Amino acid sequence: MKLILKILLVLVLAVTAGAKEIKLLNVSYDPTREFYQDYNAAFAKYWKAKTGDDVVVSQSHGGSGKQAMSVINGLEADVVTLALAYDIDALVQHGRLLAADWQKRLPYDSAPYTSTIVFLVRKGNPKQIKDWDDVVKPGVVVVTPNPKTSGGARWAYLAAWAYALDKYGHDDAKARDFVKRLYKNVPVLDSGARGSTTTFVERGIGDVLLAWENEAHLAIKEFGADKFEIVTPSESIVAEPPVAVVDKVVHKHGTAEVAKAYLEYLYSDEGQDIAGRNFYRPRSEKATAKYANQFAQLKLITVDEVFGGWQKAQKVHFADGGTFDQIYQPE
Amino acid sequence: MTSNSFRVLPGFRLTLGYTLLYLSLIVLIPLAGVFVKTSTLSWEQFWHIVSAPRALASYRLSFGASFLAALVNVFFGILVAWVLVRYEFFGKKIVDALVDMPFALPTAVAGITLTALYAPNGWLGHLLAPLGVKVAFTQLGVFIALTFIGLPFIVRTVQPVLEDLDPEIEEAAASLGANRWQTFRRVILPLLISPLLTGFSLAFARALGEYGSVVFIAGNMPMKTEITPLLIITKLEQFDYAGATALAMVMLIGSFAILLAVNLLQWRSSRHLAQLAQA
Repeated sequence: MKLILKILLVLVLAVTAGAKEIKLLNVSYDPTREFYQDYNAAFAKYWKAKTGDDVVVSQSHGGSGKQAMSVINGLEADVVTLALAYDIDALVQHGRLLAADWQKRLPYDSAPYTSTIVFLVRKGNPKQIKDWDDVVKPGVVVVTPNPKTSGGARWAYLAAWAYALDKYGHDDAKARDFVKRLYKNVPVLDSGARGSTTTFVERGIGDVLLAWENEAHLAIKEFGADKFEIVTPSESIVAEPPVAVVDKVVHKHGTAEVAKAYLEYLYSDEGQDIAGRNFYRPRSEKATAKYANQFAQLKLITVDEVFGGWQKAQKVHFADGGTFDQIYQPE
Repeated sequence: MTSNSFRVLPGFRLTLGYTLLYLSLIVLIPLAGVFVKTSTLSWEQFWHIVSAPRALASYRLSFGASFLAALVNVFFGILVAWVLVRYEFFGKKIVDALVDMPFALPTAVAGITLTALYAPNGWLGHLLAPLGVKVAFTQLGVFIALTFIGLPFIVRTVQPVLEDLDPEIEEAAASLGANRWQTFRRVILPLLISPLLTGFSLAFARALGEYGSVVFIAGNMPMKTEITPLLIITKLEQFDYAGATALAMVMLIGSFAILLAVNLLQWRSSRHLAQLAQA
């Protein structure tokens, strides 16, 4: 896949060298396909009006960790728009592809939109799943991707953990037991969010899908409100998918200026509106007001306040030997 | 290896040199890379990674399912090869071409197709579900995917040997009073052992390394349906290169040992055959 993209990119570059056409590659995570398709068209129009140049943005999607690895291994992404800050930090640590303070460059810690984790259930909610307690009940089949490779799955894991902490008076052992019960109910671990959606929607596996809010809305839009319902739990986590320009690549491509503008435009009225239209929670007041109806109110916690930031959360929960691995240790 | 014996074609040194260079570039250097990367680990770290319960469970599944799949293919492969060589029937050319399909099909396509078929709501899956048989997302699913990709290896190694087999040998056996089973067991089978072992080891090796088709149908649950190649990829995706190569080394050594054993067996069986011919 990486190779094909590279070859395509080289071909396209070779063919269009000389023409005033700019190429950008946006390497993103799984459920942003539709959002960036819309946004790329809008940005191309904006850039054409502003500078007269044509800009064509290619997209690549997959599990967030996997995508980060592709970029470290040489996929020449001008910008990355991944599921969590840890995966962009990995580009700094393992590839030295951008400066360590990348998150300070854009407003809101470089996360122009947010999302959260909700439940997608089958029409009529036959298992009566209302909150996290119902998800861990014996006999409920839960679909969620592998937290080792999927950003969305990591957010879902932490959301469940945070809920259990609140419920059991901040007892870590009880929270671990709660999450363990949850994963006892999971029959398939796909590597990315889109794979899990396919498993739940098309293979008909499971009673509940732990989904990105925007992915859940997309599934309903795509497959019909007569098949699925969204259930919002009482508490979840604010997922802040960050964006960054990959310094090393844009210097090589000479695309620093347009790549920066591409990310900045995400914060504009139009960018925010497209995010809202694609079921991401926008940052701007205007777009937030406009799309207020489509997002349920719930208690939202952040990684920083409950888990002390992504580096720490990653180490405690998802690194080898962390709490996620412990769940699968035989007793 | 005596180079003073007479050869029809010249250029022994040149061709041997080329063979060694080619093998080095294509096989030895990449393999050496695995060893070099692994050597960044201390012995304790290495042992800790390769003997983790999750790793052990994945070897059991990878080696076990690959072995079983290759074994099943030995029996059905002989059958298919036999039918294709000995009988004429309508559509034989098509059946012959179908055998190669698992070679040609991208494995991811095979995996997705098999998963769609065997998922509880799939064509085959919904028939099996009432019987309590689950295929997709179980170890049985892994076995089926590996059987699928292994079939052509057996058929294509056995087929040419069967084609060369003169039916007169069977007639001779029959005229000397052998019944059908004896003819097969004592006349045909000994000739097939060598190609079967080759086909078996090819199918087995292919199944061990298979990733694309298995990840879709396996369900990828740690300790249950996680194959070693998936564990390696998972480690890579967490930027744990040394851990990934440590597991790769275990697979390499394991499969090398098994392939060596198969080759020794093959060598013994052909020597045995040669002795029989002399007697």
